[in-house]
Amino acid sequence: MAKLTINKEACKGCGLCVTACPKKILRVSATESNNQGYFVVEEIAPEQCIACAFCATMCPDCVITVEK
Amino acid sequence: MAERKLMKGNEAIAEAAIRGGCRFYAGYPITPQNEIPEYMSWRLPQVGGHFIQAESEIAAINMVYGSAGAGGRAMTSSSSPGVSLKQEGISYICGAELPCVIINMVRSGPGLGGIQPAQGDYFQAVKGGGHGDYRMLVYGPCSVQECVNLVYDAFDKAEKYRLPVMILGDGMLGQIMEAVTLPEMKDPATFPKKSWATTGEGFGATRRIINSLYIVPDELEDMNHKLQKVYDDMCANETMFEDYLTEDAEVIITAYGTVARIAKSAVDLLRAKGIKAGLFRPITLYPFPKDALGKLAEQSSVKEFVAVELSMGQYVEDVKLVVEGRKPVRFFNRTGGNVMAPEDIVEFVEKEA
Amino acid sequence: MAVVFKKTEMLTDTPLHYCPGCTHGIAHRLVAEAIEELGLKGRVVGIAPVGCAVFAYKYFNCDMQEAAHGRAPAVATGIKLTNPDNIVFAYQGDGDLASIGMAEIVHAAARGMNITVIFINNAIYGMTGGQMAPTTLLGQKATTCPSGRDAKVNGNPIRMSEMLATLDGPSYIARCSLADVPNIKKAKKAILQAFKNQMEGKGFSFVELLSTCPTNWHMSPVKALDFVKNEMTAQYPLGVFKEVE
Repeated sequence: MAKLTINKEACKGCGLCVTACPKKILRVSATESNNQGYFVVEEIAPEQCIACAFCATMCPDCVITVEK
Repeated sequence: MAERKLMKGNEAIAEAAIRGGCRFYAGYPITPQNEIPEYMSWRLPQVGGHFIQAESEIAAINMVYGSAGAGGRAMTSSSSPGVSLKQEGISYICGAELPCVIINMVRSGPGLGGIQPAQGDYFQAVKGGGHGDYRMLVYGPCSVQECVNLVYDAFDKAEKYRLPVMILGDGMLGQIMEAVTLPEMKDPATFPKKSWATTGEGFGATRRIINSLYIVPDELEDMNHKLQKVYDDMCANETMFEDYLTEDAEVIITAYGTVARIAKSAVDLLRAKGIKAGLFRPITLYPFPKDALGKLAEQSSVKEFVAVELSMGQYVEDVKLVVEGRKPVRFFNRTGGNVMAPEDIVEFVEKEA
Repeated sequence: MAVVFKKTEMLTDTPLHYCPGCTHGIAHRLVAEAIEELGLKGRVVGIAPVGCAVFAYKYFNCDMQEAAHGRAPAVATGIKLTNPDNIVFAYQGDGDLASIGMAEIVHAAARGMNITVIFINNAIYGMTGGQMAPTTLLGQKATTCPSGRDAKVNGNPIRMSEMLATLDGPSYIARCSLADVPNIKKAKKAILQAFKNQMEGKGFSFVELLSTCPTNWHMSPVKALDFVKNEMTAQYPLGVFKEVE
């Protein structure tokens, strides 16, 4: 059981986490944006997360917390 | 123990700085101030301080920035072309409100100029020099003993106002040997604590940031006003001058630094001839002793002022600004590294205006 | 549940001002994590440069000094000699370190100053809008070499790590990339090593990080990572160039 917490207000939607994810379970939302005006990243299949933290390692803005 | 010694100006300044608490010096060789870094290189380690010969004047002033920001008593010295290179760093130091001491043993200019005494850096020292609105406490000592006295307390002044103190000397003052009384070594343990210094303990709310960047106009304007208040306080408290035989004087000769000593001799020569001459000598060049000079401009006995300097008419501008046309101000100078004799001043004063 | 990854306390809560996908943020985090992991909290002083990282003093949760353009190694020298027990690091970009501040970095390295320098090489002037950097690649376009950098007109890119490694002063010099997770992990190790060297008094340590500038490269953040992997790494090979035991 793994859990990602995404600080969506700090996300800039750059998509680097999406490329880093080995399970391909992240994407930049086409509809959800934050107060900065960025479309933010979202998790599309949380149950497949393996808590490898590659997404958090790649994120320039420290918006992802990973728990297991 | 106070100590009496025959010392070269540059070496006396270095020793006085150390006794006044200096524990960090960075500089770059340039004539005529080389005895300061040379002296510091062996003397500072004796008191647990650090000397560093920097790769450039620019690096030296930025090393001083770092040391001062970290709470140290830091100093640099140079001569005119080198002080020009330091101007960027001086502006940053003023913007970041850091205390330090800067010695300029002025040589003749512009450009590479010469290595003989001059006063051509007056505007640079008292009107800015670097970019932006800032001021420094600028002293123009006239003797080796006065250098010692002013440098000894310079760090206390710099820390009181959190700004650089500059000693504006010249090649003559740096190279001359005179008997001096050296004051006792100050104990660094007695120096005031600096809550703003980056000593490494900062975390969260206790972080210290040394910075001169204010990207929001209103914040920078507030900062400019805050600095100006400091400069106003400094003007109110630190202005220093010497006057000599001015009570009944008809001619006031005014000059600063070593030139003022020549002018003093000229006053004596003129008095011997029956001409009522007096001397007005600013010791602080910024703040300029406006009130004292203004009083002389009002004094009924005074018929004229003669401003004497080793530059092309820099110091005389401040004299005229204060005299405000109340009395004539005449101007006498030598430049290029030439120095006038007292008799030259006497001859000029005796000439019809 | 156990925390696998969370933001280090050595970064403040202030949101980074960097453009989306800029790897400055990754570099900040790695430095901050190294400070935390080595237990240096309470004795670190950082120096921010002029350039995109000018606001670094807002982000590193420690005492900071903001230096004039290129002068961070000189400022670091003043800090370190004044408080030798402090761990002092300078964080500089390529214009700051390899152009206007070339003298300061070379001499700090030659002196073997016991400081740590983190060098962000993204081959462009970011803050000022995409002008040519000393590290801009041949053929790479910038606003001051709009047809691409031409060695005959614009000179050649400078390899700082190799150059500094010729000096006797440095104890550790490495170049790493921030282009993917394995390389980021290597970069973290290099930064840890650089700080360890300072803690052990070994002298000057330097980590160059190949970094992106999606905005001024006119690329998506993901494409910019590819540019680092393919183009920049060819010009700037990764590796450890100097390591004193």
